[in-house]
Amino acid sequence: MNLAVQKFAEYAPILQRLCQAIGASILGMLKALGALCFFIADVVRHCLTPPFFFRHLLRQFMDIGYYSLPVVGMTALFTGMVLALQSYTGFSRFNAESAIASVVVLSITRELAPVLAGLMVAGRVGASIAAEIGTMRVTEQIDALTTLSVNPLKYLVVPRVLAGTIMLPILVLIGDIIGVYGGYIVSTHVLGFSSGTYLQQTWDVLEKMDVISGLVKASAFGFIVALMGCYHGYYSGRGAQGVGAATTNAVVTASILILIFNFILTQVFFS
Amino acid sequence: MTHKIELKNVIKSFGPKKVLQGVDLAVPQGSSMVIIGGSGTGKSVALKCILGLIKPDAGSSILIDGHETVGVGARERDGFMRKFGMLFQGGALFDSLPVWHNVAFGLIHGKEDVNKEAAKILAIEKLDAVGLGKNVADLYPAELSGGMQKRVSLARAIATNPEIIFFDEPTTGLDPIMADVINDLIVKCVKELGATAITITHDMASARKIADHIAMIHMGKIIWTGAIAEMDKCDNPYVDQFIHGRANGPITDAIPA
Repeated sequence: MNLAVQKFAEYAPILQRLCQAIGASILGMLKALGALCFFIADVVRHCLTPPFFFRHLLRQFMDIGYYSLPVVGMTALFTGMVLALQSYTGFSRFNAESAIASVVVLSITRELAPVLAGLMVAGRVGASIAAEIGTMRVTEQIDALTTLSVNPLKYLVVPRVLAGTIMLPILVLIGDIIGVYGGYIVSTHVLGFSSGTYLQQTWDVLEKMDVISGLVKASAFGFIVALMGCYHGYYSGRGAQGVGAATTNAVVTASILILIFNFILTQVFFS
Repeated sequence: MTHKIELKNVIKSFGPKKVLQGVDLAVPQGSSMVIIGGSGTGKSVALKCILGLIKPDAGSSILIDGHETVGVGARERDGFMRKFGMLFQGGALFDSLPVWHNVAFGLIHGKEDVNKEAAKILAIEKLDAVGLGKNVADLYPAELSGGMQKRVSLARAIATNPEIIFFDEPTTGLDPIMADVINDLIVKCVKELGATAITITHDMASARKIADHIAMIHMGKIIWTGAIAEMDKCDNPYVDQFIHGRANGPITDAIPA
């Protein structure tokens, strides 16, 4: 008995420290989540109230949308091509080659185009947003905006978040077409399908909902990418290190959230 | 006489670190107050509290034109913000915009909604006031030297004819001649606008040139304040050590080695 008490006394401080560490990290997480919710509420409020910075919005359309086109296009093209090759290896064993067209078009429109485009854009756009806004924070440019009576959320964050939400579906729609075309190229030129049959099969299996669900996902992912870039940049730590950490966090959180919300949205759409 | 800016018992801590521990300061209308003090004594935090960029802790009171500004809503805060102009330590110029747009920024996006052409003409006037030619207007901030960036930043701070101007270490990082040029410009601009100015600095040459009044901040409190002429006669050992830049004295003695 005595020994047990003694042992406990020995381990109590360690246990206490362990509990403290767990508690502190949970509290920290809740605090960050709360801050993020307030940030989102602020951003949405500023999206709806004037003044609006239309020129900035147009510029962000270019930056986030147009300049992401090569990256998203390449990703979609090669994904579609590889999808055709891989499903051929599987399906040819069961003489089910005719399913290749449907596998390609459904995987691309429902899953691969939105998710891969989201991840690519997170790397390209999310990082650059976080770095840009983080540098503005560190060099007091955000404070300067406030002293010039311009709300930094309105001026910096709203155009980016809107542009992300609007442009990603457009990118994904283009990605859908390019991805299917990639599958078509491989199927007709490498696997020996007739082009008419392939297109017919593609068209037969595709439903409106497949494309729409992909576009809704894309819109959500665009919002996530731009929001995470802005949020981490806006609350960036000091110095080069702070901006570096903000950039990393923006990409990592955006990527993880994309995967999580992809699951949630799929569940909502197809169950 | 009412004071333009009045701080009463302003407190601010970041976590366990108490940066401001009850700052009391009154700045008369139209005068130039210089706050001196070592690095990390809370000068910048005090300034940002007045601007509303940092929210002071409960119990603090900051009056501008006799109106309380602590804890007011966003719209009222906006009204106060229109009275301010600020020269940031690093310039804080927007590097994606050309120089003239930087200067005209507050005019175009902020208050009166001046159209772009008119704002550009005004911006060029303001650039002229700080000794920069028309040819600078279309350059980008990254293409300018440090001294020129400071001047552009000064032009931006005065562009909207603010009632109150803050200068955060205006001469830091400049050579002595350029520092003096900036000092002259500050004196000239503040006088022409009839503005109330608060400058924070640890450059004594600059402080002597700009100040009507001096306040010294130490360990988060104002430990001495008075007219510039009284500074050299005062018997406060902290002030004495600081203005003469001595390594030994009550300020450094208090810091554990």
